[in-house]
Amino acid sequence: MGELSGQTDRGACHAQTTCPYCGVGCGVRATVSGESISAVEGDPVHPANQGRLCVKGSALHETLGHAGRVLAPRVDGQTVDWDTALDVLARRLHATQAAHGPGSVAAYLSGQLLTEDYYVANKLFKGFLGTPHVDTNSRLCMASAVAAYKRAFGADAVPCCYEDLERAELVVLVGSNLAWNHPVLYQRLKAAKTRNPLMRVVVIDPRVTDSCDIADLYLGIAPGSDARLFNGLLAFMARTNRLDRLYLERHAEGFEETLAAVLEDDTTIEAIAADCDIDAERLETFYYWFATQLHVVTLYSQGINQSSSGTDKCQAIINCHLAGGKLGLPGAGPFSITGQPNAMGGREVGGLANQLAAHMDYHTPGAIERVSTFWGAPSLPTEPGHKAVELFEAIERGEVRAVWIMATNPVVSLPDADRIKRILADCPLVIVSECMENAELLEVADIVLPATGWSEKDGTVTNSERCISRQRGLLPPPGQARHDWQIMTDLAGRLGFGSAFSYTHPAEIFDEHARLSGLDNDPARPDWRAFDISGLCGLDRAAYDALAPIQWPVNADHPQGAARLFEDGRFPTASGRARLLPVRPRLPAQTLSETHPLRLNTGRVRDQWHTMTRTARAARLMNHRDEPFIELNPFDADAAGIEEGRLIELAGEGGHYRGRARIKRGQRRGEVFVPMHWNGAFSGRAKANALITPLVDPISGQPESKHGAVGIQPLAHGWEATLLVAGDLSETVTPTEDCAYWTRIPMRHALRWQLAGTPDAGERDWMDWIARVLPGPVSQWSTDEARGRLRASGLAGNRIAWWLMVGPPAELPSLHWLDACFDPADGTPLEATTRRRLLAGAASGAADVGPIVCSCHQVGQYTITAAIRRGHRSVEALGAELACGTQCGSCQPELKALLEEESVHVEL
Amino acid sequence: MTRDTDTHLVVIGNGMAGHRLVTTLLARKDRPARITVLGEEASHAYNRILLSPWLAGELGRDELALPAMVAEGVECRPGARVINIDRSSHTLTLESGERLHYNRLVIATGARPTLPEVAGIQLGNVGAFRTMEDGEWLRQQAPGSNAVVIGGGLLGLEAAEGLRKLGVHVTVLQRSDRLMNRQLDAVAAGWLEQTLTRRGITINTGAELARLDGDSNGNVRSLTLRDGRTLAADCVVVAAGITPNATLGRLAGLEVGRGICVDEHLATRDPAIFALGECAEVDGATIGLVEPIWQQVETLVDVLCHRTPAPYQALPSPTRLKVAGIDLYAFGPVEPSEGMETLTYADPEHGDYRRLLIDNDRIKGAVLYGDTRDGPELFRLATTDTALGKARALLIFGAHDAIQRLEEVA
Repeated sequence: MGELSGQTDRGACHAQTTCPYCGVGCGVRATVSGESISAVEGDPVHPANQGRLCVKGSALHETLGHAGRVLAPRVDGQTVDWDTALDVLARRLHATQAAHGPGSVAAYLSGQLLTEDYYVANKLFKGFLGTPHVDTNSRLCMASAVAAYKRAFGADAVPCCYEDLERAELVVLVGSNLAWNHPVLYQRLKAAKTRNPLMRVVVIDPRVTDSCDIADLYLGIAPGSDARLFNGLLAFMARTNRLDRLYLERHAEGFEETLAAVLEDDTTIEAIAADCDIDAERLETFYYWFATQLHVVTLYSQGINQSSSGTDKCQAIINCHLAGGKLGLPGAGPFSITGQPNAMGGREVGGLANQLAAHMDYHTPGAIERVSTFWGAPSLPTEPGHKAVELFEAIERGEVRAVWIMATNPVVSLPDADRIKRILADCPLVIVSECMENAELLEVADIVLPATGWSEKDGTVTNSERCISRQRGLLPPPGQARHDWQIMTDLAGRLGFGSAFSYTHPAEIFDEHARLSGLDNDPARPDWRAFDISGLCGLDRAAYDALAPIQWPVNADHPQGAARLFEDGRFPTASGRARLLPVRPRLPAQTLSETHPLRLNTGRVRDQWHTMTRTARAARLMNHRDEPFIELNPFDADAAGIEEGRLIELAGEGGHYRGRARIKRGQRRGEVFVPMHWNGAFSGRAKANALITPLVDPISGQPESKHGAVGIQPLAHGWEATLLVAGDLSETVTPTEDCAYWTRIPMRHALRWQLAGTPDAGERDWMDWIARVLPGPVSQWSTDEARGRLRASGLAGNRIAWWLMVGPPAELPSLHWLDACFDPADGTPLEATTRRRLLAGAASGAADVGPIVCSCHQVGQYTITAAIRRGHRSVEALGAELACGTQCGSCQPELKALLEEESVHVEL
Repeated sequence: MTRDTDTHLVVIGNGMAGHRLVTTLLARKDRPARITVLGEEASHAYNRILLSPWLAGELGRDELALPAMVAEGVECRPGARVINIDRSSHTLTLESGERLHYNRLVIATGARPTLPEVAGIQLGNVGAFRTMEDGEWLRQQAPGSNAVVIGGGLLGLEAAEGLRKLGVHVTVLQRSDRLMNRQLDAVAAGWLEQTLTRRGITINTGAELARLDGDSNGNVRSLTLRDGRTLAADCVVVAAGITPNATLGRLAGLEVGRGICVDEHLATRDPAIFALGECAEVDGATIGLVEPIWQQVETLVDVLCHRTPAPYQALPSPTRLKVAGIDLYAFGPVEPSEGMETLTYADPEHGDYRRLLIDNDRIKGAVLYGDTRDGPELFRLATTDTALGKARALLIFGAHDAIQRLEEVA
């Protein structure tokens, strides 16, 4: 071996773990140096991602650190030690149940928990506290898909695997912006499509999203018309004789009734196209492609699930797959992709209100007795509990008087979010296990318990293709933080259930979970359960630690796991057949009105996760979309007198949402889109769920989060201002008085505030305001009075303490340079010219790179357009020159859009 | 073209204007064959602008000297004062009685300090700061003595700073409510006053001189202000404006306003006689800064060489002041007029201030205090009447980037 070219960090080691964000469940290779993670990269041997990682995953190590963590237990606002906290908790839970019965206590869990945490929670609450009210935020994400799978297949079992996307001839993305929400899977699909030019991709979505980048066909359907579309497809298949009669005959039931119900409607292409508000020819093309291909994957997500008829929509999709026999073979199947990293793990243990445990429901024959015996549980409930929305209604009614919320932020994520916050504020006992101080939920918590987070938690998660992976504890818990399972185990001892919760390591929990999955579960019997990981029983700690990713079932029949389910056409239903069910298409329950004439759609943005408690810690993830926004069609914008970048307000029945206008032709007329991430911790009034009415699917209980009804108007406001405050001073500054709008944007070294004054506040005396609100004196300022512009900064020696610009944010330079000036480690003296540049916000002569397009490599728009003008005419050429789009690839659609825009200039 | 050997050009005045004219002519092949320069001061030509740093001890006397005008047919005569011009015979009379014939004549007699009309102004040790002689006088002031400078303009402050460096206690009297009121706005003037005060110069603004009182030797001893205050003064430097030296022109029967009236080719009504520099009046305006003189020289040289000259036009010119480390740069109006907009930047800790006056998206005036490097660029944008457009937002922070943006837009 020759000489090493680079010095290796001797203290560092690599560890394999799993990403905590979306349902793809990518393997992560982390570089652990002492008590920190210095780098992350895609695990090349993990089957989900094979070395890829998206921008969020790539920034994982930037979201760590003790700052902003919940470090000690708190009771009624007072910091206490663990013993005190647990004693109080045990006493209050006991008192609540003694006075109001077992059902007065509830748990609200999260797809962010590990399977082991979930298992202990389910066992403790249902088995020992005797309450059925255990639900989870997975209800908001995929309950409809679960309900539909259970109805159709007899089990909550995703039949497909990721490889099917690569092996399909046709991939239909419906209600899924895969490019942004499951970027690695999207990259796999895109690569497969490059390899196989015959592969077709159809995108069905009311909005033109970045996923359309690889679409051969785009159907911009009217919101909520999905079931009509797929019912029509079934009719088309029947009419054109494209049914798999043999499959239906041997492996399915209910086809005739289903088809008959479908044919009650007008199933001509024209009628369906009119109802779905799309072009008839495009619709027929889609129908023809679907009907004539065997290897079809329909991949669906929240766009289908978050509906008052989500279960039926899923069923309409499943019906088409069953009717065409497009299931149980490589490259085919109805594929629900989940939003959260461990939604599936939670369902495996039964951590939902309508489930009991281990894929057994309350009504599963013999299940209650079986589980009672296995757990040694004294008082298992016999009926399902309240599902998420109902649960909070029960709290509002005072029936549930104590709720323990783990690893989720329902005051942001549930419909009518502002009301949820009021409900919790009035609830006698709110217990919150949380790792981040900036979770808005903490404002209404009575007892706060510091929980471990990613990089500390140790256990397993199951991704969207049933693949169980180890998420490993790589760093010691900060402060007094404990694992959720530990907290519950400690509490169980105080409640007198110690012997049933004697776990000392997650491996023991996993083993118990595996044993329960295999208990009385014989694949040869008609009441077999698809979820069976009995093959993983008895792993000792070392074997558990070394567990490689494996897809369930793992049992005697499938010792190495199984990529696909139902390959033999046998289903865990009473008849052993899959069920087709008649679906009556229903439009969204939320109706429009004169005062709320626009249809509201909600969703994620590429670089953020959930309520931003973690992703907002990585400054580069704030670059892609830095403020809450509202996307709307140019016609609607014109009608409301709204121009790009203007602050606007949406009004719904339950609340308001304020953000900046983004005018998009890809947004249908009469419809607006807002991101679901922002909340009270980051913006004054930008909670998407404040606009959503809690209308739920009657079967799944999943709320109709994709359909709101809103009115729109320009937000009346006075001045606008941008304020940057040095990170270490940011806690001391509250600049939001008299603000009609505010947003906090964490940067690398500074905290940025985007502010707009109330309309009646009039002209502000900024010098006076600065003296009152900001630390230290004004060191420099500039004015353009005719235009009402002011810039000022406060400097302390070599350090910049704050920076203010009064004026429209459109005049802001890209703030990276300025942010770097806040770096306390940067000792460069501030000379006169540099000081003046501070107010300019850019280094002299340095090119403003523009808004960041490629987050991975921090490449800005101006840099890219300049390269295009120099002659780089393809995404690949830009990547070769600037590295943009070469890591996670999620900015490639934006690169393409820039190429198209710039081609105008180039041709000139 | 052959040289016009018959032509004798006489230049009255060996100041900066006369010297510049002759040296420029010397570079031209078609210049008049014979040139005589008559200088009233005994010394050879020197750079008057450098008097301040010389007084402040930053330069040696030799460094002020302008290059000698040595060429065939050129004669330079210091200490030669002209007392009369006979236009009919093209003849000059010198103080010595000597008479000198000219074919063409350039009057470049400059200007003299304007003296306030108060009692005692003729006392000893009351002088100006215009000439090397004045400089010599000021350099003789004893450390610890009291000097009063009348006039808080550019020249007065330079004299004050020079004297301060010599260890003299200096007081500046300024009639206006701020220093350099014709160039600086209140903020910049205030900062300047603060800086100078910190250095030990006493500044009295809004102060008007009532009279001077002398001692038994006829030298100044004190002065009294209109408000009754009395200040001790061992010397008084008057720097309160200048008066063009137009007497010769008046005596010769030329049209004279404040200065000798000339057209845009610097010609008087007498086609053989021209006036140049501070003594000249073009379109009713006289000048007191060096830049327009250079412009006049360009025009006059062409005229004298029988070329078609670019007519002289009084262009706005910037003021630069450097008083030991304080850089100032200003041009255009000081106060915004109706409809004008103001851009300002201030960094008191670093003594960095600038203010731009904008009218109809164009720069009309500027004050730069501290860092003046952008001054010429801003001045160029003003004189080229450039519309600012998007550059406006950046302009105050640095002209370079703003101009780059203008170019990008173009």
